[in-house]
Amino acid sequence: MPNVGKSVTRVDAFDKVTGRAQYTDDRCPNSALVARVVHSTIAHGYVKSVDTSEAEKIPGVVRIFTCFDVPDIKFPTAGHPWSVEEAHQDVADRRMLNRHVRYYGDDIAAVVAEDEVAAAQAARAIKVEYDPLPFVLDPIEATKEGAPLLHKEYPNNILKHTSIRQGDYAAAIQEPGLICVDKWYETPTVQHCHIENFICYAYEENGRIVVISSTQIPHIVRRTVGQALGIPWGKVRIVKPYIGGGFGNKQDTLYEPLCAWLSMQVGGRTVKLDVPREDTFVSNRVRHAEKIHIISWVRPDGTYAARKLVMYSNQGAYASHGHSIVAKGMGAFPQMYPCPNVECDSYTVYTNRSVAGAMRGYGIPQAMFAFESHTEDVCRRLGCDSLAFRRKNLMPVGFVDPFSKNENYYDSYNQCLDKAIAYMDYERKRAEYANQTGPVRKGIGLAPFWYNTAVWPISLEHSSCRMVLNQDGSIQLQVGETEIGQGADTAYAQMAADTVGLADYTSVHVQSCQDTDITPFGLGAYASRQTYTCGFAIRQTGLLLKEKILAYASEMTRMPVYNLDLVDSNIVRVTDGRVMMPLADLAVESFYSLTHSVHITAESTYQIKSNAYSFGCCCAEVEVDIPLAKVKLTKIINVHDCGTLINPALAEAQVHGGMSMGIGFALSEQLLYDGKTGRALNNNLLDYKLSTFMDHPHLEAQFVENPEPTSAFGTKALGEPPTCPVAPAIRNAILNATGVEVDTLPMTPHTLYRRFCEEGLIQDPWRKEG
Amino acid sequence: MKQFKQVTFRLNGKEVSCVVDVRSSLTDMLRNQFGLTSVKKGCEVGECGACTVLINKEAFNSCIYLAVWAEGKDILTLEGLMGPNGELSDIQQAFMEEAAVQCGFCTPGFILTAYEILEEPRDYTDDELRKLLSGHLCRCTGYENILRAVKKVLRQRLEAAKA
Amino acid sequence: MYDMKALYEAESVAHAIQLRLEHPEAQIIAGGSDVLVQMREGKRAGKELISIYMLDELRGVSLDEEENIRIGSLTSFSHITRDPIIQKYINVLGEAVDMVGGPQVRNIGTIGGNTCNGVTSADSASTLHAWEAIIELTGAEGTRRVPIKDFYLRAGKVDIRPDEIQTAILIPKASYDRTAGYYFKYAMRNAMDIATTGCSVNCRLSSDGKTFERVRIAYGVAGPVPMRAPSAEAAATGKPVSAETVEQFSLAVLNDINPRDSWRASKALRQHIAVELARRCLLESVKRCGGEIHEAV
Repeated sequence: MPNVGKSVTRVDAFDKVTGRAQYTDDRCPNSALVARVVHSTIAHGYVKSVDTSEAEKIPGVVRIFTCFDVPDIKFPTAGHPWSVEEAHQDVADRRMLNRHVRYYGDDIAAVVAEDEVAAAQAARAIKVEYDPLPFVLDPIEATKEGAPLLHKEYPNNILKHTSIRQGDYAAAIQEPGLICVDKWYETPTVQHCHIENFICYAYEENGRIVVISSTQIPHIVRRTVGQALGIPWGKVRIVKPYIGGGFGNKQDTLYEPLCAWLSMQVGGRTVKLDVPREDTFVSNRVRHAEKIHIISWVRPDGTYAARKLVMYSNQGAYASHGHSIVAKGMGAFPQMYPCPNVECDSYTVYTNRSVAGAMRGYGIPQAMFAFESHTEDVCRRLGCDSLAFRRKNLMPVGFVDPFSKNENYYDSYNQCLDKAIAYMDYERKRAEYANQTGPVRKGIGLAPFWYNTAVWPISLEHSSCRMVLNQDGSIQLQVGETEIGQGADTAYAQMAADTVGLADYTSVHVQSCQDTDITPFGLGAYASRQTYTCGFAIRQTGLLLKEKILAYASEMTRMPVYNLDLVDSNIVRVTDGRVMMPLADLAVESFYSLTHSVHITAESTYQIKSNAYSFGCCCAEVEVDIPLAKVKLTKIINVHDCGTLINPALAEAQVHGGMSMGIGFALSEQLLYDGKTGRALNNNLLDYKLSTFMDHPHLEAQFVENPEPTSAFGTKALGEPPTCPVAPAIRNAILNATGVEVDTLPMTPHTLYRRFCEEGLIQDPWRKEG
Repeated sequence: MKQFKQVTFRLNGKEVSCVVDVRSSLTDMLRNQFGLTSVKKGCEVGECGACTVLINKEAFNSCIYLAVWAEGKDILTLEGLMGPNGELSDIQQAFMEEAAVQCGFCTPGFILTAYEILEEPRDYTDDELRKLLSGHLCRCTGYENILRAVKKVLRQRLEAAKA
Repeated sequence: MYDMKALYEAESVAHAIQLRLEHPEAQIIAGGSDVLVQMREGKRAGKELISIYMLDELRGVSLDEEENIRIGSLTSFSHITRDPIIQKYINVLGEAVDMVGGPQVRNIGTIGGNTCNGVTSADSASTLHAWEAIIELTGAEGTRRVPIKDFYLRAGKVDIRPDEIQTAILIPKASYDRTAGYYFKYAMRNAMDIATTGCSVNCRLSSDGKTFERVRIAYGVAGPVPMRAPSAEAAATGKPVSAETVEQFSLAVLNDINPRDSWRASKALRQHIAVELARRCLLESVKRCGGEIHEAV
């Protein structure tokens, strides 16, 4: 019986509903010392001195370390595979604690104490003297001459600038009769808000450093801890227990190196570094805020003559994932609506703000907000139907991207749009809502999105898998790709069961807790790639294991291997279908045979040199209360073509979560900074407006299942895509309701009040312009 | 000078007593002194709901509840829902079946609030249920399947009450 | 663990008063949902606390001999919402405190704590102001009663003497009799939020339903402390129950309120919302009084 394609219960569900599942803090001994990081209280400058004398006197304080104590080693943090080519290695631009502080919240000292109260008291008692420097928070300002420079190696604060040139833009715009639509769009800084904050603890064992960490990428963190501490990578062991969400923040090296180093400074005793929520907002990672300029030259018949795109991505103080985020968004531009004449430029710019890194969607939610708002705006100027325009201009079937060699095999865009508009009754409502008056108006809007699975050919893609046969005919499965809540382990069990020929996925025991000493090398959870990439390794390794089992079966049955198969956990003779023996009997024999005892295992690595598009759309309906400047989302659907569904129920659940994050990005979430100091203003879960249970309508998730031809199981990206189209769909619905183009996220009452005043929908004599 | 106090209360159906540092939150005491790790720390200021426990049948954020206030109370954590033979409660079962669990970090708190709601089942509307569950933040599920799980058990209980 | 210097647990009101006198620097903690959060932030770190949370005598809602409503200061928000006396006579208060934070916060948060912290955004405060609540304080010399408008001295500061604790909040019969009201919490989210602006309106209509006998309105977050809007009240009291009166009433609030510009909201937006909420709250209050207004289209 196939396991793939069924909505089986998660392998970790029981442990999670009983509270038994162990997360990092649940494993940490109570006797651990507690570390607390002291953060910069200026946005830019140099630490002149750190006076720890008062803090040292506090009972319970063990040691205090400052930016003057740490090794002078700069290290990269991004959760990317390492590159053997120096030019492609991640930027190493930070130390564990920094003398040159580059944002309000930068790490400058660390206290190790016996308990959290002593640590907090000491952190407050430390006196820091600074030489302050001017700071800059805006990425465009930061590129100007005379702007404060964050890293001397990067003039004008430009971490990287890349371009795309296609055809001849300058010549193309000379065509007579073109309509020009020239607009800016802006997206905010937002944070991942996984409910478990980042936490790790470290201790020494047998002369090596062990770090238990809430991370998506244990094998990558092993390398970066080695790099940051200047010790051989084999001296580092990383263990990843269950993690309470990551969403990309934990696809980065956070405080693992510092925690490891602190433990090494106090004799290898266990040191725990539990980041408070307030610090998670400021001193972990955030999503890149972007300013995006699009100029489209369009013919009256609704075809593009030429297009131009400029993107400024706010990197914050350190490189982390750097330019790869905005570059991914830029890369979507010429693909999504192919046009012969295109100019694109993207800039990733250092500023004195929280460090931006990976976050669900990896640059695509920002890009889609701009691109799909712009599509709607273009259609408004043309006076044409935006759905028809999209159907005409979206990437056609058969399109091949020359760089990645990704091919659009199916008409996924139209199939997904069809499902969404049918569910929403889009066309009827669109007409009905066209000319409303009155204070409360309804609107409906949609947005397709572009996404691709995995990172090949930009960086290494590979996956390794180990399978071990147990005496009872069940198997152990180990992979480096991590369970972070999305349900990966369950999908692996389903795929492995079918490949090997086991009756049920519960006969596959997935080792959920990665340990770099034990788990085969794998890169971890990112780029919505695990089911795709790990699928190859599971299939290849499963076939290897099956081959070994059948070889052993051949010995036991005296039948040739080609007449045997492993079906539903039985050795079957294919010529007549007779069950020769249960796999369990074979397993026991293989372990304990006095003539031929062998432990049947298989292990292999598959290097993936392909990548797959994953498309879909969102359609949203809203009710806008103009006098209250408020939007109520009343109905919403996402439709995805992520290929074959391994587990439909878990896929649906993934979409719900992504939609929720997209709704927050659209309507409420924004990390605010004080322009006078650079300090974050709302770094807590009360003031940062993450959607609550009462801020959503029913979230509808539907699928189109076109099997991905390049994939081991027909599957492709789903983890991140659901977040990508939501904001522009809601924005376009608001436009439909009110006739107001809102080009800045989030579309809070603050933004809407300003826009409704500008457009004359609200007339308040006391409101000053600007 | 550190100040300690003896606290006696009911915990998951059993009379317990312990000496606690008066500075402890109920979260601290339950996790560190009773090993009840289902009580999660997500914000420590009563905004995320991950540390929710039931005290005298009402849901509280144990992070902003002093441990000494447990005196004389009846406290239930997720560990207390399991039956004597390891049976799961209907609401735990429903969370599993409805794929209401992802990373699992908000799950214990949600199940306890749901348990409180379901103890007095009424024919709630979706909006009423959303409000009753709104003291928990979740970043994985969009709350959708959690609502489904709670509704499923609510229906079961209402039907059982009728029969 | 909280960074507190010492914890003193009151065993009775008298004991609480004694502890207040013995430890003048100590902070009173009721439910703790504000005090403990501030302590963790470092604002009140290292302080002594006097816990009155275990004083069950301060819990519950009752009617006194004159039929004034008496709400014990430690009554939690959720208990106020569910209380039959509240539901019968001043349901809007139950509705208002049902919008505080989320369910768990409404189980720990107390109406006494919500008023004693002197915060303008407290969801109970505008309704208590609009219904002219009386604060009962108990000290070494006995009890005294203070009208709520005098209880709030300035942002974060209320009129509690060094030997006192707040023991009850009273709603006089004259205040709730033949009166109905509506509270509108304007916030950025539908749960787990603080008010950007909160507006509570109530009215009493003439027996024919044609005239506003009395209209009262109060705001949270329209100034440093919760406040009434007297110009608006004057613009409606004694006037016909009409769309025109409602319009004049709502615009008049601009003479009274003084919201500030902050990163949480601009002054202009707060003013805009204050006017709009006044309008909507009065319309709803009229409806709840059994009155009718034909809105001009």
